[in-house]
Amino acid sequence: MNILTVRDLCAGYGATDVLHKVSFTVEQGSIVALLGANGAGKTTILRALSGLLPSRGLVEFGGTDLRQCSPARRVELGLAQIPQGRGTFGDFTVEENLAIGAYTINSKRQIKEDMERWYTAFPRLAERRRQQSGNLSGGEQQMLALARALMSRPKLLMCDEPSLGLAPAITEQIFEIFKSLNHDHGMTLLVVEQNADLTLQFAHTAYVLEAGDITVSGPASDLLRNEAVQQSYLGV
Amino acid sequence: MVLFFQLLIDGLASGAIYASLALALVLIFRATRIVNFGQGEMATLSAYCAWQLCEWGLPVALSFLIVGAASFLLGVFVFRAVIKPVSKAPVETIVVITLGLFVFFQSLCLWLWRADQRAFPAMFPSGGWDILGVRVTASALCILLVLLCLAATMGAIFRFTRLGLAMRASAYSSEKSLLVGIRVERMLMLGWGFAATIGFIAAVLVGPRLFLSPTMMLPILLYALASATLGGWDSPLGALVGGLIVGVAESLGATFLPFIGADLRVVIPIAVTLVILLVRPVGLFGSSTVVKV
Repeated sequence: MNILTVRDLCAGYGATDVLHKVSFTVEQGSIVALLGANGAGKTTILRALSGLLPSRGLVEFGGTDLRQCSPARRVELGLAQIPQGRGTFGDFTVEENLAIGAYTINSKRQIKEDMERWYTAFPRLAERRRQQSGNLSGGEQQMLALARALMSRPKLLMCDEPSLGLAPAITEQIFEIFKSLNHDHGMTLLVVEQNADLTLQFAHTAYVLEAGDITVSGPASDLLRNEAVQQSYLGV
Repeated sequence: MVLFFQLLIDGLASGAIYASLALALVLIFRATRIVNFGQGEMATLSAYCAWQLCEWGLPVALSFLIVGAASFLLGVFVFRAVIKPVSKAPVETIVVITLGLFVFFQSLCLWLWRADQRAFPAMFPSGGWDILGVRVTASALCILLVLLCLAATMGAIFRFTRLGLAMRASAYSSEKSLLVGIRVERMLMLGWGFAATIGFIAAVLVGPRLFLSPTMMLPILLYALASATLGGWDSPLGALVGGLIVGVAESLGATFLPFIGADLRVVIPIAVTLVILLVRPVGLFGSSTVVKV
């Protein structure tokens, strides 16, 4: 079953479209990678899906047509995004970031439980719960961004360039967390990345985006083996 | 020395008034990056309404309560009707529009109530105490108390409530706030509402000291602008401290600097603004992001 169906999506900034009728699907319970070079339109897709950019075309999420939904409504429906630059609030404490991440959750008990759960999963955050999040290291901030997004109990977690600005070891750690979220909690993930090699090792399905169009798609393992794809699109 | 403390007390009381209007300005600036030059005149309109209700025979406290709530709605309405449609316009446009608000509300008051000065109902008890020769009036004490309550309330809202957290988030980054599901526009609207109510509180504090007139808030607005610049435009705490400093500077300067005197005292906030812009443009408590305009 597809949790997300995107058909003929067009979006852009001002008069020019960056995306030209992009279509793809995300299957429930899978990790989907969206790959492509700088400027291919990966971030634009995520921004359009979250409703930060006006777009045309069909976007269906869990059976709901998202076109009528405000960005806030999309979060309530279970769509969460970790944007580039983490999406954390630098002058908030770690705990306040988690609290604001749960803005759409009404049950106080559930918020408390989730907080404890992610503090257990990320002990570094627990140690720094009263500190301003702007003072955390890059890796810690990415953990916080992840925990913040998870606080909204998303059905689909979209992540924009999680590896950006992180040391390779920490990037790998983040991807391991993605994998366990997917495996242990059945979380569906849509990951946008330039680091194709690593991402393809973790993803089930992948799409390659080139100049606003999806040019290659298929199981991640196929793309990983496909030399032509590697050379022409992924710059390996 | 007695004179010094006397001026200090007087300065703090006036400073509390500047601080409350500065707080209103800062709340709006933080959230929307707009300086609402009409804030003082909106407060004047509220003050006139409160006066009118009292004239019609309503108890003072009740009419203040009604107008406090109505001011909130006025702020919300101004945001929806005037600010929101131009929120994507260049900053010059928005400055002209808030200057327009200033002219509009001042003219409205002039048209409705004429230029005659009216006595504003006194809310605080008269009298006071002599402490070692320094006269501490009950009204000065009450004004400071009101400011303290206002600051504590705002602080508690921002720190401990979901609403306050969401308002802070919206002020920090509207895009990030949208991504956690905050309806940012609603927060901005509430911000304008709160600001208008706080402006009204400033008018209530200043009302009994001056007479009610369509231009009564103009000097207060000047001082409040100086206070916000001094404290830092994105810091509510800065607005409070800035207001108190400006109040004390005005009171001391007018007496101890012979070349200024009572006639030139309005120069003091402008001088304060000038100095802080030269020395530390972000203000005492401001963060550096404000500089990048």
